[in-house]
Amino acid sequence: MDPQTIIARRVAKELRPGNLVNLGIGIPTLVANYVPAGLRVFFQSENGLIGTGPIPEQGMAHPLLTDAGGRPISALPGAAIFDSAISFGLIRGGHVDITVLGGLQVDVDGHLANWMIPGKMVPGMGGAMDLVTGAKRVIVAMQHAAKGKSKIVARCNLPLTSARPVDLVVTDMAVIAFPDGKATLLETAPGLTVAEVLAVTEAELALPDAIPEMTL
Amino acid sequence: MKAVSAEEAVGMIPNNARIMVGGFMGVGTPERLLDELVRQKKSGLSLISNDAATPGKGVGKLFDGGQVSSMIGTHIGLNPKAQQQMLGKKITVDLIPQGTFVERIRAGGCGLGGVLTPTGVGTLVEEGKQKIEVDGKPYLLETALRADFALVHAFLADYAGNLSYALTARNFNPVMAMAADTVIVTAEHIVPVGVIGPDHVVTPGPLVDYLVANG
Repeated sequence: MDPQTIIARRVAKELRPGNLVNLGIGIPTLVANYVPAGLRVFFQSENGLIGTGPIPEQGMAHPLLTDAGGRPISALPGAAIFDSAISFGLIRGGHVDITVLGGLQVDVDGHLANWMIPGKMVPGMGGAMDLVTGAKRVIVAMQHAAKGKSKIVARCNLPLTSARPVDLVVTDMAVIAFPDGKATLLETAPGLTVAEVLAVTEAELALPDAIPEMTL
Repeated sequence: MKAVSAEEAVGMIPNNARIMVGGFMGVGTPERLLDELVRQKKSGLSLISNDAATPGKGVGKLFDGGQVSSMIGTHIGLNPKAQQQMLGKKITVDLIPQGTFVERIRAGGCGLGGVLTPTGVGTLVEEGKQKIEVDGKPYLLETALRADFALVHAFLADYAGNLSYALTARNFNPVMAMAADTVIVTAEHIVPVGVIGPDHVVTPGPLVDYLVANG
Protein backbone atom coordinates (compact mmCIF):
# COMPACT_ATOMS: atom_id res chain seq x y z
CA MET A 1 0.00 0.00 0.00
CA ASP A 2 1.40 3.42 -0.88
CA PRO A 3 2.10 5.90 1.96
CA GLN A 4 -0.83 8.20 1.17
CA THR A 5 -3.33 5.34 1.15
CA ILE A 6 -2.07 4.06 4.50
CA ILE A 7 -2.55 7.51 6.02
CA ALA A 8 -5.99 8.13 4.49
CA ARG A 9 -7.32 4.67 5.47
CA ARG A 10 -6.11 4.99 9.04
CA VAL A 11 -7.54 8.49 9.47
CA ALA A 12 -10.91 7.31 8.14
CA LYS A 13 -11.12 4.93 11.14
CA GLU A 14 -11.36 7.99 13.40
CA LEU A 15 -14.69 9.11 11.91
CA ARG A 16 -17.82 8.54 14.01
CA PRO A 17 -21.51 8.57 12.97
CA GLY A 18 -22.85 12.09 12.51
CA ASN A 19 -19.45 13.80 12.69
CA LEU A 20 -19.06 17.16 10.98
CA VAL A 21 -15.66 16.90 9.31
CA ASN A 22 -13.42 19.39 7.50
CA LEU A 23 -10.72 17.96 5.25
CA GLY A 24 -7.72 20.06 4.22
CA ILE A 25 -6.08 19.90 0.82
CA GLY A 26 -3.61 17.15 -0.16
CA ILE A 27 -3.60 13.82 1.69
CA PRO A 28 -6.57 14.80 3.94
CA THR A 29 -8.84 15.02 0.88
CA LEU A 30 -8.24 11.30 0.24
CA VAL A 31 -9.87 10.38 3.57
CA ALA A 32 -13.30 10.87 1.95
CA ASN A 33 -12.55 7.85 -0.28
CA TYR A 34 -12.30 5.48 2.72
CA VAL A 35 -15.33 6.34 4.84
CA PRO A 36 -16.57 2.95 6.10
CA ALA A 37 -19.73 1.74 4.29
CA GLY A 38 -22.90 2.76 6.13
CA LEU A 39 -21.20 5.47 8.19
CA ARG A 40 -22.91 8.85 7.70
CA VAL A 41 -20.61 11.81 8.20
CA PHE A 42 -20.93 15.40 6.95
CA PHE A 43 -18.05 17.02 5.12
CA GLN A 44 -17.73 20.80 5.29
CA SER A 45 -16.07 22.87 2.62
CA GLU A 46 -15.08 26.19 4.22
CA ASN A 47 -16.20 28.23 1.23
CA GLY A 48 -19.72 27.61 2.48
CA LEU A 49 -21.08 24.08 2.18
CA ILE A 50 -21.91 21.13 4.42
CA GLY A 51 -22.60 17.94 2.51
CA THR A 52 -19.89 17.89 -0.15
CA GLY A 53 -20.14 14.97 -2.52
CA PRO A 54 -17.75 13.44 -5.05
CA ILE A 55 -16.32 15.20 -8.09
CA PRO A 56 -19.24 15.45 -10.54
CA GLU A 57 -19.41 13.33 -13.64
CA GLN A 58 -18.44 14.84 -16.97
CA GLY A 59 -20.92 17.55 -17.91
CA MET A 60 -22.56 17.63 -14.47
CA ALA A 61 -20.34 20.29 -12.87
CA HIS A 62 -21.88 23.64 -11.89
CA PRO A 63 -19.65 26.74 -12.06
CA LEU A 64 -21.07 28.01 -8.76
CA LEU A 65 -20.45 24.80 -6.81
CA THR A 66 -16.79 24.36 -5.97
CA ASP A 67 -14.50 23.31 -3.14
CA ALA A 68 -12.14 25.66 -1.30
CA GLY A 69 -9.58 25.20 -4.07
CA GLY A 70 -12.09 26.35 -6.71
CA ARG A 71 -12.55 22.85 -8.19
CA PRO A 72 -16.01 21.54 -9.10
CA ILE A 73 -17.67 19.33 -6.50
CA SER A 74 -21.15 17.96 -5.97
CA ALA A 75 -23.54 18.33 -3.06
CA LEU A 76 -25.30 15.38 -1.41
CA PRO A 77 -28.99 15.27 -0.49
CA GLY A 78 -29.41 17.28 2.72
CA ALA A 79 -26.54 19.63 1.88
CA ALA A 80 -26.57 23.16 3.30
CA ILE A 81 -25.12 26.43 2.01
CA PHE A 82 -24.04 29.39 4.17
CA ASP A 83 -21.86 32.47 3.99
CA SER A 84 -18.24 32.70 5.11
CA ALA A 85 -19.05 34.26 8.49
CA ILE A 86 -21.20 31.24 9.40
CA SER A 87 -18.66 28.86 7.88
CA PHE A 88 -15.93 30.16 10.16
CA GLY A 89 -18.35 30.46 13.06
CA LEU A 90 -18.83 26.70 12.67
CA ILE A 91 -15.07 26.20 12.62
CA ARG A 92 -13.95 28.55 15.37
CA GLY A 93 -17.05 27.94 17.47
CA GLY A 94 -16.29 24.28 18.08
CA HIS A 95 -19.09 22.91 15.87
CA VAL A 96 -16.71 20.99 13.61
CA ASP A 97 -16.04 17.60 15.22
CA ILE A 98 -12.89 16.71 13.31
CA THR A 99 -10.52 18.59 11.08
CA VAL A 100 -7.88 16.70 9.13
CA LEU A 101 -4.97 18.82 7.96
CA GLY A 102 -1.62 18.36 6.28
CA GLY A 103 1.53 19.29 8.15
CA LEU A 104 5.11 20.46 7.69
CA GLN A 105 6.17 19.77 11.29
CA VAL A 106 4.57 18.54 14.51
CA ASP A 107 6.59 18.79 17.70
CA VAL A 108 6.80 16.78 20.89
CA ASP A 109 4.16 19.00 22.54
CA GLY A 110 1.75 18.54 19.63
CA HIS A 111 2.25 21.97 18.09
CA LEU A 112 1.68 22.09 14.35
CA ALA A 113 3.43 24.17 11.69
CA ASN A 114 1.74 23.89 8.32
CA TRP A 115 1.29 27.26 6.62
CA MET A 116 4.59 28.94 5.92
CA ILE A 117 8.27 28.44 5.15
CA PRO A 118 9.77 31.92 5.64
CA GLY A 119 11.40 33.21 2.46
CA LYS A 120 10.24 30.18 0.46
CA MET A 121 6.55 29.48 0.73
CA VAL A 122 4.29 32.35 1.84
CA PRO A 123 0.87 31.57 0.35
CA GLY A 124 -1.18 32.71 3.37
CA MET A 125 -2.82 30.63 6.06
CA GLY A 126 -6.32 30.56 4.55
CA GLY A 127 -8.50 28.73 7.06
CA ALA A 128 -5.79 26.62 8.72
CA MET A 129 -5.33 28.73 11.87
CA ASP A 130 -9.06 28.87 12.59
CA LEU A 131 -9.43 25.12 12.03
CA VAL A 132 -6.62 24.17 14.41
CA THR A 133 -7.77 26.70 17.00
CA GLY A 134 -11.47 25.84 16.91
CA ALA A 135 -12.22 22.28 15.80
CA LYS A 136 -13.10 19.80 18.55
CA ARG A 137 -10.48 17.33 17.35
CA VAL A 138 -7.46 18.11 15.16
CA ILE A 139 -5.86 15.28 13.20
CA VAL A 140 -2.68 15.81 11.18
CA ALA A 141 -2.29 13.54 8.15
CA MET A 142 1.21 13.71 6.72
CA GLN A 143 4.25 11.72 5.65
CA HIS A 144 6.47 10.77 8.59
CA ALA A 145 9.57 12.20 6.93
CA ALA A 146 10.34 14.41 3.95
CA LYS A 147 13.63 14.11 2.02
CA GLY A 148 14.94 11.87 4.82
CA LYS A 149 14.15 14.44 7.53
CA SER A 150 11.70 13.66 10.31
CA LYS A 151 8.58 15.84 10.34
CA ILE A 152 7.94 14.80 13.96
CA VAL A 153 10.40 17.18 15.59
CA ALA A 154 11.60 18.10 19.07
CA ARG A 155 10.48 21.70 18.52
CA CYS A 156 8.94 23.33 15.45
CA ASN A 157 11.33 25.81 13.83
CA LEU A 158 8.69 26.86 11.29
CA PRO A 159 5.96 29.36 12.31
CA LEU A 160 3.19 27.68 14.31
CA THR A 161 -0.36 27.42 13.03
CA SER A 162 -1.89 27.66 16.49
CA ALA A 163 -0.93 27.61 20.15
CA ARG A 164 -3.45 24.79 20.54
CA PRO A 165 -1.80 21.36 20.27
CA VAL A 166 -3.18 18.79 17.84
CA ASP A 167 -4.87 15.61 19.07
CA LEU A 168 -3.59 12.93 16.71
CA VAL A 169 -0.92 12.55 14.04
CA VAL A 170 -1.27 9.81 11.44
CA THR A 171 1.71 9.18 9.19
CA ASP A 172 2.68 6.41 6.78
CA MET A 173 4.71 4.91 9.67
CA ALA A 174 2.92 5.67 12.90
CA VAL A 175 -0.01 6.96 14.90
CA ILE A 176 1.00 9.46 17.56
CA ALA A 177 -1.17 11.09 20.24
CA PHE A 178 -0.40 13.54 23.06
CA PRO A 179 -1.80 12.23 26.36
CA ASP A 180 -0.50 14.42 29.22
CA GLY A 181 0.87 16.76 26.54
CA LYS A 182 3.69 14.44 25.40
CA ALA A 183 4.09 12.73 22.05
CA THR A 184 3.26 9.06 22.48
CA LEU A 185 3.60 6.28 19.92
CA LEU A 186 0.24 4.49 19.74
CA GLU A 187 0.59 2.33 16.62
CA THR A 188 3.06 1.45 13.91
CA ALA A 189 2.30 0.91 10.23
CA PRO A 190 1.88 -2.72 9.14
CA GLY A 191 5.24 -4.48 8.95
CA LEU A 192 7.21 -1.83 10.87
CA THR A 193 8.77 -2.33 14.29
CA VAL A 194 8.86 0.30 17.02
CA ALA A 195 12.64 0.54 16.59
CA GLU A 196 12.25 1.23 12.87
CA VAL A 197 9.83 4.07 13.58
CA LEU A 198 12.01 5.57 16.30
CA ALA A 199 15.02 5.46 13.97
CA VAL A 200 13.41 8.01 11.64
CA THR A 201 11.74 10.15 14.33
CA GLU A 202 13.53 13.20 15.68
CA ALA A 203 11.16 13.81 18.60
CA GLU A 204 11.39 11.64 21.66
CA LEU A 205 8.26 9.49 21.82
CA ALA A 206 6.75 8.00 24.95
CA LEU A 207 6.27 4.23 24.54
CA PRO A 208 3.27 2.50 26.13
CA ASP A 209 3.55 -1.18 27.05
CA ALA A 210 1.58 -2.30 24.00
CA ILE A 211 2.10 -0.67 20.61
CA PRO A 212 0.01 -2.58 18.06
CA GLU A 213 0.18 -2.35 14.28
CA MET A 214 -2.43 -0.15 12.57
CA THR A 215 -5.53 -1.97 11.30
CA LEU A 216 -6.46 -0.51 7.94
CA MET B 1 -31.03 51.61 -5.53
CA LYS B 2 -30.17 52.88 -8.98
CA ALA B 3 -29.69 50.82 -12.13
CA VAL B 4 -26.47 51.62 -13.99
CA SER B 5 -24.25 50.17 -16.70
CA ALA B 6 -20.99 48.46 -15.75
CA GLU B 7 -19.16 51.38 -17.36
CA GLU B 8 -21.01 53.94 -15.23
CA ALA B 9 -20.56 51.85 -12.07
CA VAL B 10 -16.80 51.52 -12.44
CA GLY B 11 -16.56 55.16 -13.57
CA MET B 12 -17.51 56.11 -10.01
CA ILE B 13 -14.48 54.30 -8.57
CA PRO B 14 -11.43 56.59 -8.42
CA ASN B 15 -7.81 55.45 -8.69
CA ASN B 16 -6.38 54.42 -5.29
CA ALA B 17 -9.84 53.49 -4.01
CA ARG B 18 -10.25 50.83 -1.34
CA ILE B 19 -12.42 48.10 -2.83
CA MET B 20 -13.85 44.95 -1.32
CA VAL B 21 -14.60 42.19 -3.82
CA GLY B 22 -16.76 39.13 -3.12
CA GLY B 23 -15.83 35.67 -4.30
CA PHE B 24 -13.76 32.65 -3.34
CA MET B 25 -11.17 31.61 -5.91
CA GLY B 26 -13.12 33.57 -8.51
CA VAL B 27 -16.43 31.86 -7.73
CA GLY B 28 -19.11 34.42 -6.85
CA THR B 29 -17.04 37.34 -8.16
CA PRO B 30 -18.57 40.21 -10.19
CA GLU B 31 -16.50 39.46 -13.31
CA ARG B 32 -18.08 42.21 -15.40
CA LEU B 33 -16.98 44.85 -12.90
CA LEU B 34 -13.46 43.45 -12.88
CA ASP B 35 -13.36 43.46 -16.68
CA GLU B 36 -14.45 47.09 -16.57
CA LEU B 37 -11.83 47.99 -13.92
CA VAL B 38 -9.26 46.54 -16.33
CA ARG B 39 -10.72 48.38 -19.34
CA GLN B 40 -10.82 51.71 -17.50
CA LYS B 41 -7.25 51.08 -16.24
CA LYS B 42 -8.00 51.93 -12.60
CA SER B 43 -4.73 51.91 -10.68
CA GLY B 44 -3.32 51.91 -7.15
CA LEU B 45 -6.25 49.91 -5.85
CA SER B 46 -6.35 48.73 -2.23
CA LEU B 47 -7.98 45.34 -2.53
CA ILE B 48 -9.82 43.49 0.21
CA SER B 49 -10.50 40.00 -1.09
CA ASN B 50 -10.24 36.50 0.34
CA ASP B 51 -7.71 35.36 -2.26
CA ALA B 52 -6.04 36.47 -5.48
CA ALA B 53 -7.90 33.82 -7.55
CA THR B 54 -5.80 32.78 -10.56
CA PRO B 55 -4.38 34.85 -13.44
CA GLY B 56 -7.18 35.89 -15.81
CA LYS B 57 -9.95 34.97 -13.37
CA GLY B 58 -11.82 37.06 -10.78
CA VAL B 59 -9.62 39.54 -8.91
CA GLY B 60 -6.66 37.80 -10.56
CA LYS B 61 -7.33 40.09 -13.53
CA LEU B 62 -6.27 43.10 -11.44
CA PHE B 63 -2.85 41.55 -10.75
CA ASP B 64 -2.31 40.76 -14.45
CA GLY B 65 -2.02 44.47 -15.23
CA GLY B 66 -0.44 45.61 -11.95
CA GLN B 67 -3.52 47.59 -10.85
CA VAL B 68 -3.28 46.61 -7.17
CA SER B 69 -1.05 48.51 -4.73
CA SER B 70 -2.03 46.67 -1.56
CA MET B 71 -4.14 43.71 -0.53
CA ILE B 72 -5.71 42.32 2.61
CA GLY B 73 -6.58 38.65 2.14
CA THR B 74 -6.06 35.14 3.44
CA HIS B 75 -4.39 33.15 0.65
CA ILE B 76 -2.63 34.09 -2.59
CA GLY B 77 -0.82 30.80 -3.20
CA LEU B 78 -2.70 29.94 -6.38
CA ASN B 79 -1.85 33.19 -8.20
CA PRO B 80 1.87 33.24 -9.14
CA LYS B 81 1.62 36.85 -10.37
CA ALA B 82 0.31 38.08 -7.02
CA GLN B 83 3.09 36.07 -5.30
CA GLN B 84 5.77 37.61 -7.53
CA GLN B 85 4.45 41.13 -6.95
CA MET B 86 4.43 40.54 -3.18
CA LEU B 87 7.91 38.97 -3.05
CA GLY B 88 9.24 41.70 -5.38
CA LYS B 89 7.75 44.29 -2.98
CA LYS B 90 5.67 45.88 -5.76
CA ILE B 91 2.57 45.39 -3.62
CA THR B 92 2.05 45.02 0.11
CA VAL B 93 -0.02 42.04 1.16
CA ASP B 94 -1.46 41.52 4.62
CA LEU B 95 -2.32 37.83 4.96
CA ILE B 96 -4.65 37.07 7.85
CA PRO B 97 -6.65 34.02 8.97
CA GLN B 98 -9.84 33.55 6.95
CA GLY B 99 -12.13 33.50 9.98
CA THR B 100 -10.56 36.73 11.19
CA PHE B 101 -10.86 38.27 7.72
CA VAL B 102 -14.60 37.68 7.50
CA GLU B 103 -15.27 38.71 11.11
CA ARG B 104 -13.36 42.00 10.65
CA ILE B 105 -15.56 42.77 7.64
CA ARG B 106 -18.67 41.70 9.49
CA ALA B 107 -17.69 44.01 12.36
CA GLY B 108 -17.14 46.83 9.86
CA GLY B 109 -20.63 46.35 8.50
CA CYS B 110 -22.32 45.98 11.87
CA GLY B 111 -21.04 49.04 13.67
CA LEU B 112 -18.56 47.17 15.85
CA GLY B 113 -15.03 48.38 16.56
CA GLY B 114 -13.66 44.89 16.10
CA VAL B 115 -13.86 41.35 17.42
CA LEU B 116 -12.00 39.19 19.93
CA THR B 117 -10.75 35.92 18.44
CA PRO B 118 -8.59 33.13 19.82
CA THR B 119 -7.24 32.45 16.32
CA GLY B 120 -3.64 33.61 15.99
CA VAL B 121 -2.81 33.72 19.70
CA GLY B 122 0.74 32.39 20.15
CA THR B 123 1.57 32.73 16.42
CA LEU B 124 3.08 35.38 14.11
CA VAL B 125 -0.44 36.78 13.71
CA GLU B 126 -0.48 38.24 17.23
CA GLU B 127 2.45 40.60 16.55
CA GLY B 128 1.50 44.22 17.19
CA LYS B 129 -2.00 43.34 18.36
CA GLN B 130 -3.68 43.93 21.66
CA LYS B 131 -4.29 40.74 23.66
CA ILE B 132 -7.33 40.74 25.91
CA GLU B 133 -8.26 38.09 28.47
CA VAL B 134 -11.90 37.17 28.93
CA ASP B 135 -12.76 34.62 31.62
CA GLY B 136 -9.09 33.65 31.76
CA LYS B 137 -8.78 32.93 28.03
CA PRO B 138 -6.58 35.04 25.73
CA TYR B 139 -8.01 36.66 22.60
CA LEU B 140 -6.64 39.02 19.96
CA LEU B 141 -8.41 42.29 19.31
CA GLU B 142 -8.96 42.38 15.54
CA THR B 143 -10.24 45.71 14.30
CA ALA B 144 -13.13 46.30 11.91
CA LEU B 145 -12.56 46.51 8.16
CA ARG B 146 -14.52 48.66 5.71
CA ALA B 147 -14.06 49.81 2.13
CA ASP B 148 -15.04 52.71 -0.12
CA PHE B 149 -16.76 50.30 -2.52
CA ALA B 150 -18.03 46.73 -2.19
CA LEU B 151 -18.29 44.84 -5.48
CA VAL B 152 -20.81 42.08 -4.94
CA HIS B 153 -22.12 39.28 -7.16
CA ALA B 154 -25.56 37.77 -6.55
CA PHE B 155 -27.55 35.06 -8.32
CA LEU B 156 -30.89 36.88 -8.27
CA ALA B 157 -31.52 40.59 -7.81
CA ASP B 158 -35.01 42.06 -7.98
CA TYR B 159 -35.93 45.57 -9.13
CA ALA B 160 -35.82 46.75 -5.50
CA GLY B 161 -32.24 45.49 -5.05
CA ASN B 162 -33.09 42.49 -2.88
CA LEU B 163 -30.45 39.79 -3.41
CA SER B 164 -30.17 36.04 -3.14
CA TYR B 165 -27.16 33.90 -3.87
CA ALA B 166 -26.50 30.45 -5.34
CA LEU B 167 -24.46 27.57 -3.96
CA THR B 168 -20.85 28.33 -2.98
CA ALA B 169 -20.95 31.67 -4.85
CA ARG B 170 -22.48 33.18 -1.70
CA ASN B 171 -19.26 33.15 0.38
CA PHE B 172 -18.16 36.70 1.35
CA ASN B 173 -20.75 38.58 -0.74
CA PRO B 174 -23.51 39.15 1.86
CA VAL B 175 -20.96 40.15 4.50
CA MET B 176 -19.22 42.65 2.19
CA ALA B 177 -22.55 44.12 1.09
CA MET B 178 -22.81 45.51 4.65
CA ALA B 179 -19.31 46.95 4.94
CA ALA B 180 -18.71 49.62 2.30
CA ASP B 181 -19.78 53.22 1.71
CA THR B 182 -21.03 52.33 -1.77
CA VAL B 183 -22.31 48.89 -2.77
CA ILE B 184 -22.32 47.89 -6.44
CA VAL B 185 -23.98 44.62 -7.44
CA THR B 186 -24.02 42.40 -10.50
CA ALA B 187 -26.49 39.51 -10.68
CA GLU B 188 -26.89 36.50 -12.96
CA HIS B 189 -30.60 37.28 -13.25
CA ILE B 190 -32.55 40.46 -12.57
CA VAL B 191 -36.15 39.56 -11.74
CA PRO B 192 -39.42 41.29 -10.82
CA VAL B 193 -40.09 42.16 -7.20
CA GLY B 194 -41.75 39.16 -5.57
CA VAL B 195 -39.79 36.45 -7.38
CA ILE B 196 -37.43 36.34 -4.41
CA GLY B 197 -39.74 35.65 -1.49
CA PRO B 198 -39.13 37.72 1.63
CA ASP B 199 -37.85 34.63 3.45
CA HIS B 200 -35.27 34.04 0.70
CA VAL B 201 -33.82 37.53 0.53
CA VAL B 202 -30.29 37.30 1.92
CA THR B 203 -29.19 40.91 1.32
CA PRO B 204 -32.05 43.42 1.77
CA GLY B 205 -32.49 45.94 -1.05
CA PRO B 206 -31.75 49.10 0.94
CA LEU B 207 -28.12 47.96 1.29
CA VAL B 208 -27.61 48.08 -2.48
CA ASP B 209 -26.65 51.45 -4.00
CA TYR B 210 -26.18 50.43 -7.64
CA LEU B 211 -27.40 47.41 -9.58
CA VAL B 212 -25.61 46.80 -12.86
CA ALA B 213 -28.09 46.24 -15.67
CA ASN B 214 -27.77 42.94 -17.57
CA GLY B 215 -27.32 42.41 -21.28
